[in-house]
This record gives sequence, C-alpha cells and structure tokens, in this order.
Amino acid sequence: MFENISPQLLFGQVLLGLINGSFYAMLSMGLAIIFGLMNVVNFAHGAQYMLGAFVAWLLLTYLGVPYWGALFIAPVVVAAFGMVMERLVLRPLQNLDHLYGLLATYAIALIVEGLVRQEYGSTGIPYENPIPGGVNLGFMFLPYYRLWVVVFSLVTCIGTWLLIEHTKLGAYLRAANEKPQIVESFGINVPKMITLTYGFGVGLAALSGVLAAPIYQVSPSMGSGIIIVVFAVVVIGGMGSIAGAAVTGYLLGVVEGLTKVFYPEAASVVIFLFMIIALFLRPAGIFSGREAA
Amino acid sequence: MNSHVRPATADAAMLQVSDLSAWYAESRVLHGMNFDVRQGELLTLIGRNGAGKTTTLRAIMGIVRELTGSIRFQSDEIVGRRTYEIARRGIAYCPEERGIFSSLSVRENMFLPPVLQKGGLSDNELYATFPNLKARASSPGTKLSGGEQQMLAIARILRTGSRLLLLDEPSEGLAPVIVKEIGETILKLKAQGFTILLVEQNLRFARKVADRHVVVENGKVVDILTNTELESGMDRVKSYLGV
Amino acid sequence: MTTNRILLILLAIFAIAAPFFLYPVMLMTVLCFAVFACSFNLLLGYTGLLCFGHAMFFGTAAYVTGYVLKTTGVSVEIGILAGAVTAGLIGAFVGYLAIRRQGIQFAMITLAFSQLIFFVLLQSDFTGGENGMQGIPRAPLLGVVDLTDHLSHYYFILALTVMAVFVYYRVVHSPYGEVLKAVRDNQPRVESLGFNPERIKLVSFIISATMAGMAGGMKATVYGFATLTDVSWLVSGEVILMTLLGGLGTLTGPVFGSAIIIWLNDELSGLGEWALITQGVILLVVIIFFRRGFVGEISALGRLLRQSRKHERGGGVEKAEAVAPVNDAAG
Repeated sequence: MFENISPQLLFGQVLLGLINGSFYAMLSMGLAIIFGLMNVVNFAHGAQYMLGAFVAWLLLTYLGVPYWGALFIAPVVVAAFGMVMERLVLRPLQNLDHLYGLLATYAIALIVEGLVRQEYGSTGIPYENPIPGGVNLGFMFLPYYRLWVVVFSLVTCIGTWLLIEHTKLGAYLRAANEKPQIVESFGINVPKMITLTYGFGVGLAALSGVLAAPIYQVSPSMGSGIIIVVFAVVVIGGMGSIAGAAVTGYLLGVVEGLTKVFYPEAASVVIFLFMIIALFLRPAGIFSGREAA
Repeated sequence: MNSHVRPATADAAMLQVSDLSAWYAESRVLHGMNFDVRQGELLTLIGRNGAGKTTTLRAIMGIVRELTGSIRFQSDEIVGRRTYEIARRGIAYCPEERGIFSSLSVRENMFLPPVLQKGGLSDNELYATFPNLKARASSPGTKLSGGEQQMLAIARILRTGSRLLLLDEPSEGLAPVIVKEIGETILKLKAQGFTILLVEQNLRFARKVADRHVVVENGKVVDILTNTELESGMDRVKSYLGV
Repeated sequence: MTTNRILLILLAIFAIAAPFFLYPVMLMTVLCFAVFACSFNLLLGYTGLLCFGHAMFFGTAAYVTGYVLKTTGVSVEIGILAGAVTAGLIGAFVGYLAIRRQGIQFAMITLAFSQLIFFVLLQSDFTGGENGMQGIPRAPLLGVVDLTDHLSHYYFILALTVMAVFVYYRVVHSPYGEVLKAVRDNQPRVESLGFNPERIKLVSFIISATMAGMAGGMKATVYGFATLTDVSWLVSGEVILMTLLGGLGTLTGPVFGSAIIIWLNDELSGLGEWALITQGVILLVVIIFFRRGFVGEISALGRLLRQSRKHERGGGVEKAEAVAPVNDAAG
C-alpha cells in the first residue's frame, strides 16, 4: 500500500486536505458559536454557506462587484437574512425543546436550497478565480488562491477566537453562554445579543461560501454536502469549545486528505469513524475539558 | 397586618408591590403579596424555605414572568417588562446562587455589568471596598472561595449605578467570620444611600442590618415589623419560621 | 364516542375501499412509510430519542429483503422477516453503542453510523452500488397466494401494516410503555426507582429498528427495487417530517403524516423542486403553529368543543382546560 505513493501525491492531498480543513474550521466555528449561546444546532448553516457563494456570484454577474467586494458584502447580506430568520422563527421557539429550533433551521434549509435549485438548476456555476496562477515548489505546484484560502481562514479563525476570548464583547458572549438570565439582569439586552451572534455565525458561513466559490463552483447542493461533515467536526472538537472546533476542522481536513491517498473511497466516511471513536473516549468532545455528557 | 406599622406614603416608597401573584407553570407560588420598600431603607423578606421569598425577587426582576398584580418602581409599573429593561431602570439583582461565570476571570466578572446610570461605584471605589478581589483579578471567577464569590457578586452589581439592590441570601453557606464581613459591607452600602431588599433565612444576620422585616409564609405577607418590634416579639417571629 | 374512535373507523373504511379509486402502489407506499413513521414516533415521541439516521434500518432491510427474495425462492413474508430481523440486529449493535449518550450526541452517533452503513452498502456488490438492486420478485404469500397484481398485494401490505401498528399500540399502552414515557420525561427519577433506563431505551430502539426494517422490506416488495436513496439522509429527513406533521407522541399521527407527505410528493412530482420546498414550508408552519401535529390539533379541537358544550349546559367546568403538552391521551 505504501510503495507507490509519490511525494507529489502525498503533499498534494495534504494541501487539498488543509484547504478542505480551512472550510471545515470556519464553518464549525460558526456552528459552535451559535450552539454555545443558543443551544440550537443550526441546520441551515450549509444553506447559508451556499447563499454566501450565490450572493457573491449574483453580485458579480448582475452588479459587476468583483470577488474582493463580495468578500465583504455577501456575508453582510446573508447575515441580515439570518438575523431576520432568528427574530421571526427561532426566538419564538427558544423556550421549547431545542429539537424544534433544530428542525426549524432544517426546514429553512430545505426551502432555501429548493428555491435556489428551482431558479438556477442543479449543476454548478463556475466562479472565476480572482488570483490565478501559482508557485512551483519543486515537490508540488501551489496555486495562489489555495494559499490565500488557507491564510485567510487562519486569520479569520484566530481573529474570531481573540474576539471571543480576549475582548469585552467576547466576555458578554461567554457569560451569556453560561447564564443568560444573570447577564440580562445586568441590563444587557440579551435577546438582541442572541440575534447578533446568530448573524455573526451565519456571516462566517457565508464568508466561507464566498471563499469556496472559485474552488468548488457555486451549486445549490454545496451546503448539504458539507454540513454533515461539519456537524461531525463540531461534535468531535467539543460543542463548547470554538477553538476545539477550528483545530478539529483543520485536523480532520488533513486526515481526509491523507485517507484519499491510501484508501480513496473511505475518505468521505473516515470522519464519521473518528466521530464515533471520539465520542467514546471523550463524550463531551476532545477539547471540552469535561467528562461525560 | 400590623396596625402600628406606618403605611408608606406614595412618595416615600421606592418600590410598591401590590397584590402580586406568581406562577411556575401551573402551580401558584405567590398569593397576593403586598409590601413597600422605602427609599434608603434595608428591608428583609424573612420566612421558611419555599415561602416564596426568592420568587418575589425574581418576579421583581421579571425573571418569573407569569404574574398578576402590580410592582411599581419609582411610580413606574414594571410587571410585564423584560428583565434588562427593569435592570436599566435602576434595580440590581444578586441571586442566591451568586451567578459567577466560570469562563470569565474575576476582573471580567467584576466589570461585566455596564454602567447604566450615575451613582454607581467607580472602578477604584470598587477595589477599595473589596480589596481582596483585586489580588485575584485574573483567576477564573469560580476559583474563589464561597465568601469571595459572594463579595464579587455584590461588588459587580454596584457598578451599574442602580440604587435598589435585591440580595438573595448573601450569608448562606458561609463561615461566621465571612458573614460578619458581608454584614459590614451591607451596612456600608446602606450608609452610602443604597436601598436594599434582602432575602434571608438567617434571622440573626437579618436583625443586624435591617430596618424592617416582611414575614412571608406560603406566598403571602403575614406580618411586617420594624427591627425594634422584631427584637421585642422574637418568639412570635420564630414561630413563623418554624424555628 | 371519542374523536380518535371516529377517526379510526373512518380510516378503516377508507383503507379497505381505497384501492378501488386510488392508485394501489401509492397507497402501499403510504402504508410502508406509515409503519416507518410509527417506528420513528416510538423512538422520538415516546422514548424521547432523536435518531438522525433512521433510514439505515429502512434501506438496509430493503436490500436484505430484496436479496433474499431474489436469490432464494422463499415466500414473501420470510423475505420481509429477514429484512426486519437484520434491521433489528443493526439496531441492537448501534443502540448498544449509542444509548449511553443523550440528546444531540445520540443523534450524531446515529447519523455517523447511518453514513457508515450508506458507505458500506455503496461499496458492496450485492446492492448493485449506485444503480441499486433491481428485479425483486413478488414472491407468493406462504408460498401459495399469488400477489403479483397490485390489488392483492395491497391487502397483504395493509394486513402487515395493521399488525405493525397494533404491536406499536400494545407496546405504547403496556406497563413497559408507561416506563418508557417516564424515562422520556424524567430519566433520573426512573433510575432512582430502581429501573435501568438504558436497557429500557435500548429495547425501544431495537423494536423501532425492527419495525423500520419491516417497512423497508415491505417497500422493496411493492416497488421491486431498492436504492441508495432508501438509506439516505433524504429519507431520514422525510420520516422526521411525517412524524411531526402527523403528531409527535400520537398513535394515528404517523399514518396521517405519511399519507399527507406521500400524496403531496405525488402531486408535486412534476414541479421539480417545489415538492421539497413545500415540505420545508409545511415543516416550518407545523413547528411554529401546529406543534401537536395533524392528529394532535384535531384531538385538541375535539376536546375544546366537548368542553364548551359541557360549559353551555352549565356543567361545572370552572376554568378552561390547560393545554396538554404531549398528547398521550390521543394515543
């Protein structure tokens, strides 16, 4: 099994894995932030990621807004949509069993994906690479855009982590994750904070979508494909730890890449195998610092 | 109701609770509470476990939402308002479980409540009043001892500038020497003009700090006594508490 | 006569007469998914366990039943039994590993297993991979009764469905069922009373898996083929919708839920994505406004009407009936 692996193949797949991992990391961070505060599994996360890509494409096609503008505008637009969703659908459900919030986001994902697929068909729409070309490293060829994706995702993940762990705003969020009523008793408008936090998580998803557009093409089903993997990442990385979610995202991306080298067909399921193992060793997730659920 | 308790006039009462009833789901916990809190006084709610004292505080803060009756704070009706709106009007709440955040440091815990109005303690004044919190500033909030956590819980709400403080059993579970410290702190606050509504089961502690006592039994006010009346009628009060 | 009795009688009359004016294959699909939805309702509505990959039992059983009927010459009920038993065994395995976790983690483990099973079935030869398993024969009942025409097969499927729903009813209304509901509502309490909640939940999980497998086997005989869609997240998602639409924790809810969804899918099949979009909209509307589901809401309405009639007659009803959170009474 190990004899015919060329360095090109290995490094190429590891890089690919790192890129996939970049998306897993950003998406799982957003999901973990939303789950931490609202205890809702945001099933619409994949659809919101897809909307990010689609809005970027629409901006380019109908308004001539290039990639760099879309990187700012698309997340804001999709986040606004997410906040409306939270206000109208999720907030009324917050006192019920969290199952209903989960199912509500699932329903919205169905609707959004269906509408987009109805309007634009199932096949992917190409999005032009804003940084064509690359550099030859000798043992492999590294496209500039892929390097950009990895760097940008690292900056985003680290930046988000700093925001949450080391700023006042982040302190409000961490406190509200633990005891929202006490935070509200200090005079802080916690319902509004929840709406904005949901918007932030959705914005992260949409940002990932814009980043993904030049690589994976823009297609209505790009969300539903990735969302289940991202759930697995969040579960493994610790549902309470956003750093854990991001780190696990990168790790699992690389693991997936390596699996493609040795046993390609299993690449799509290796993450689930890891999830089952992780849930047995550490039920609350690898990074959560707590034991049983 | 005691006839020799002077009824509070409208402008003397900072908080007026009239005919307040509260429900947890289907079960009724408060059955028409009536009492006033006057500006600058320290009023305690005393009574047995489960009498409804904590529920009363939570009803005032809007945490318990199934309410009938009226709660007027400085003449504004606050029943039905959201908790943060009530807090912004100038009421601060220190819950029984203290509510220290484990994922925040002591400093972050202390400075989390925003400054809502003038009249709160400045950051320097806070550290002056609670010096040992400065030393532990970067520890995680829940790594403090019980007494220190209680001090932290009281300290942080003083930042907001709210002049009515709701304190739920601050002496609970603490060693006598710490309880004494907390009592002294509370008296200091009273001297600075804060109005305090205190829930206590520890009668000895309540006597040392209070101006008046409201005795609560089964979700109703059964007696209101000044502190002097309490001293002279201890047996009666002890029977309310089942001591 | 209670609302539920009326509904049941209407249902029975309809079921017997239906194939004469409605397409039997669609009716049989409704019945298969009704059993599937009942199995899911047992797990979520009565045990409080959300299983994200319920299709793994449905689809695997479809393949197993199909394989057994294709390669051996056994009669149809043996084929379906084979599928159901296989699903039950998988349920025992997955359940044993997953049952110790609660809530979202349990859901994620079941999802992981269903993805793994999907992968295994995709790679296996006997399933035909992406193409699916075709040409599953309509084996005769008990070896003698010919079921090749849709009408007779319909009554066979109807009989199986009635049996399954009857078993479901008996389980729910037995002493075991009461303990099950107690575990759903207050597990620590049940534990303190000396019961083993994990074993109780595991039994429910296995029964649910077996029932789902039976539904899958039935479906394989109706259509004559089994595909990867049967094991997919799409089907898992659909059964959640059917159960919620019909009424979580009700007896007849799953039947109505599956009937409505199958009929809707059929009506909208020519309109591309609108079938899925409509499903999403219905799910959203049900979650926000009609959480008790079709059956639950009708039962509540019936109670309200009876209550107001009593009130008019001056019978001593002093305050409006509190809304029941979960409709055990409707079951």
